[in-house]
Amino acid sequence: MNRREFGGLGLAALWAGRTWAGDWAAVLAQAKGQEVFFHAWGGDPKINAFIAWVGQEVAARYGVTLTHVKLAATSDAVARVQAEQAAGKDSGGAVDLIWINGANFSAMKRAGMLFGPFAENLPNWSLVDTKGKPATVTDFTEPTQGMESPWAMAQLVFEYDSAKLAKPPKSIQALADWAQQNPGRFTYPQPPDYLGLTFLKQVLYALLPDPAILQHPAAPDEPNLAPLWTFLDALHPNLWRQAKAFVANESALGQLLADDEVSISFAFNPGRASAEIASGALPNTMRTFVLEGGTIGNASFVAIPFNAAAAAGAQVVANLLLDPAVQARAQNPTVLGFQTVLNMAALTPAALALFNEAPRGPATLSPSELGPTLLEPHATWMTQISDEWAKRYGVAP
Amino acid sequence: MKAASLILRAVLVLPVGLGLAVTLGQGFTSLPFVLNWPGLMRACLLSLGPGLAATMIALALVGLILGAEPRSLGLLERLLGPLLALPHAAAALGLAFVIAPSGWIARALSPWATGWLVPPDVMTLNDPWGLALTLGLVLKETPFLLLMALAARTPKLRQRQKVAATLGYGRGMSFALTVWPELYQALRLPVLAVLVYAMTTVDMALILGPSLPYSLSAQISLWQSEASLTHQDQAAACGLLQAGLVMVALILWRGVEALGTALRHGLTMKGIRAPWAERACAPLATAAVVALTMLPVLGLASLALWSVAGLWRFPMTLPDQFTWQVWAQAGPALLRASGVSLALALAVTSVALALTIWALQAQALRPKPAGEALIFLPLIVPQIVVIPGIATALLHLPVPPLAAVALGHLVYVLPYVVLGLSGPFQGWNPHLGAVGASLGAKPWRVLLQLRLPMLAGPLAATAAVGFAVSIGQYLPTLLLGGGRVVTLTTEAVALSSGGNRRIVGAYGLAQAFWPGLAFVLALQIQRARSLPFGQSSR
Repeated sequence: MNRREFGGLGLAALWAGRTWAGDWAAVLAQAKGQEVFFHAWGGDPKINAFIAWVGQEVAARYGVTLTHVKLAATSDAVARVQAEQAAGKDSGGAVDLIWINGANFSAMKRAGMLFGPFAENLPNWSLVDTKGKPATVTDFTEPTQGMESPWAMAQLVFEYDSAKLAKPPKSIQALADWAQQNPGRFTYPQPPDYLGLTFLKQVLYALLPDPAILQHPAAPDEPNLAPLWTFLDALHPNLWRQAKAFVANESALGQLLADDEVSISFAFNPGRASAEIASGALPNTMRTFVLEGGTIGNASFVAIPFNAAAAAGAQVVANLLLDPAVQARAQNPTVLGFQTVLNMAALTPAALALFNEAPRGPATLSPSELGPTLLEPHATWMTQISDEWAKRYGVAP
Repeated sequence: MKAASLILRAVLVLPVGLGLAVTLGQGFTSLPFVLNWPGLMRACLLSLGPGLAATMIALALVGLILGAEPRSLGLLERLLGPLLALPHAAAALGLAFVIAPSGWIARALSPWATGWLVPPDVMTLNDPWGLALTLGLVLKETPFLLLMALAARTPKLRQRQKVAATLGYGRGMSFALTVWPELYQALRLPVLAVLVYAMTTVDMALILGPSLPYSLSAQISLWQSEASLTHQDQAAACGLLQAGLVMVALILWRGVEALGTALRHGLTMKGIRAPWAERACAPLATAAVVALTMLPVLGLASLALWSVAGLWRFPMTLPDQFTWQVWAQAGPALLRASGVSLALALAVTSVALALTIWALQAQALRPKPAGEALIFLPLIVPQIVVIPGIATALLHLPVPPLAAVALGHLVYVLPYVVLGLSGPFQGWNPHLGAVGASLGAKPWRVLLQLRLPMLAGPLAATAAVGFAVSIGQYLPTLLLGGGRVVTLTTEAVALSSGGNRRIVGAYGLAQAFWPGLAFVLALQIQRARSLPFGQSSR
């Protein structure tokens, strides 16, 4: 069904309202006065400030109180719901909304730990660019089926200081050659960190003769991983600390770039470098680049546990996160620098203007420069790369 | 008398036993997998090695410093409060910046002395041997042992040194032979607690320790928090191994103690005076005091600086720009979290003090070996083994999150309070009580007007320790509160996983501020009280 023919924000909402007006009004009524415990990673002050702002908005517009439970790891919340499920606690759960994707999502979906489907019933769902950004409905090859609602797009980009490096290497092989000429100036976060594994998957995309096989489950002891290990065996001696130590995650890698311990870094957020320049953590000569042939991209979602105490309030928050004003704010590099999940063609001129007003930032590539997004491989590839990496490199320096 | 003892022991033993039982049940099935994990040996060695090394070094430094009594000891004593109050995660992050190749020391010397325009590719952090981790642990644990030793070093003990001196022993040797053995008896449980902590720390190991593989406790926490929920049982199985490893270390420590005793006997029997050692001790002790104070102070200063830093690139010694942005943004959240932290710490410390004084007054806490182990059970059984089990069990009980967290804190604060108070209580001259009673005072009046005021110093110090322990609790707060009890520490550790030095700096400072204040107050009370009573009780 083509919802775009109705055009414009108001009409799209009206269309959604036709089928769901009664239900959504009931949801809004039920949500009023609820407290929503939003379990989301709390490691980035910019994200925390953004969630606090969303909390003010949802309180002002809908009378919902949003409380951000700051996690060190998303799986803390997953484990909490799992424990509640095991204990037979089917209502009044501690978690109302989780920032989630990938393996956490498929684990919860399969274990029946999620509320829904709800996402496609949200009034703002019609604005989501499910065609142009297929990652909004396919999470690591797992169909979302309305069990989680997208709120931000992410894509792998590389970061470097243009004042110190004139021509950055734009393919995996060129990067390996560059590392050989500049030993100790590149590294990646240690698997099972998410960003580290994303880099390894990107390497695999470059090494496989037919990357399409990544969309199918990996075979047990997948033979196609062999070139990855050959590549890493050659690369590791040229890495930061000769690969005898690795950083923990994206922020720690970003700190290495800021400290000038590495010359090339990367992030799963095309706007991160601009946002860091805006906050004064990186010099304004920092730039980003993507690899020839594209880089891996995916979406961030919110999901509601099956036993959430405030499921109605949680849906109201999920819907607000898809609001053009909220999405435009998230894309502003001084706020978050996250890419939107919305379809620009579905927006009203007024909503579109919100996106065009916000500056892109000096280091952020335009949508056309960002190039094609490569789909996330099936989750089994990530698991196998992670386990095998730990066996090969993770147990002795 | 029975009731006091029973309640106190129940608070300590029941939660720990419950958590342990749940973890045991969960972990057994996954033991075979964990035993086949190729990183297991190294991970265990990385728990044992830095744990034992840091404990021995910290203890040796306490002996060295108290024995040599360098002039700088006064400075260290004044800084003890802030040093103890500095949360482990914040201390580790501060130290990491000071000693990193792109850190403060390197920046101060670059490029004029080193010629470095970019940071050198050398491993001063996360080294495979756990040296940086050991250094961090020594810096954090020595002040704690020193505080305990200062509290236990009575004037009576110091008189022994004079006797030894008349027999021709120098200051250091007389301390080692006559004061140390008795001091160590008072320090023994704190030392074991330090050993267990050092072996099972998670936050310090993640920041300063190696990652190929991680130390056992860090690996447990990582497995526990991994996305695929299949690693939870492995984490529990590793928890079992960690508990076993701690038992092994405690037995090894017995060996260390026996060696120490043998060494002392040898020295005494041969009548060795070792004047050369006396001469070496003084400068070594001064160096130790300088390192123990300077490194954390530099770390804390760097956190403060980062919290207001704009652009700050290598090799700049100071930031190019300053900004209040972080404080302005984090201010309201900092205040809210401070409120929860303070309320919890004050309530928990008060209950722990009352319970302990009640039990001690009833003479229910006699220093016998079995009772000893029971009281220190929470410190000897690692949190990472017990807390997930309690959290699972709590799901079946209608306990509100804040109450569950308070109880969790109480379990970990109580041993330190018992630790801090039993010595001074038992050391109190009972004849004074008898004198009071003969003048018609009821026992409670003897307690309130005689015994407690005379023990105001140790009471204040113990309260400060309990307060700081409560403020610093991470796992009990997070897991028992179901994420709903937000304190300075849960915020700081969540933020430190993101490695953003600016915001971690702000939270680290806030986290250190309240316990720091408590320690400064306690030291004031101690100084005001210790002198007159010290003299009059002779």
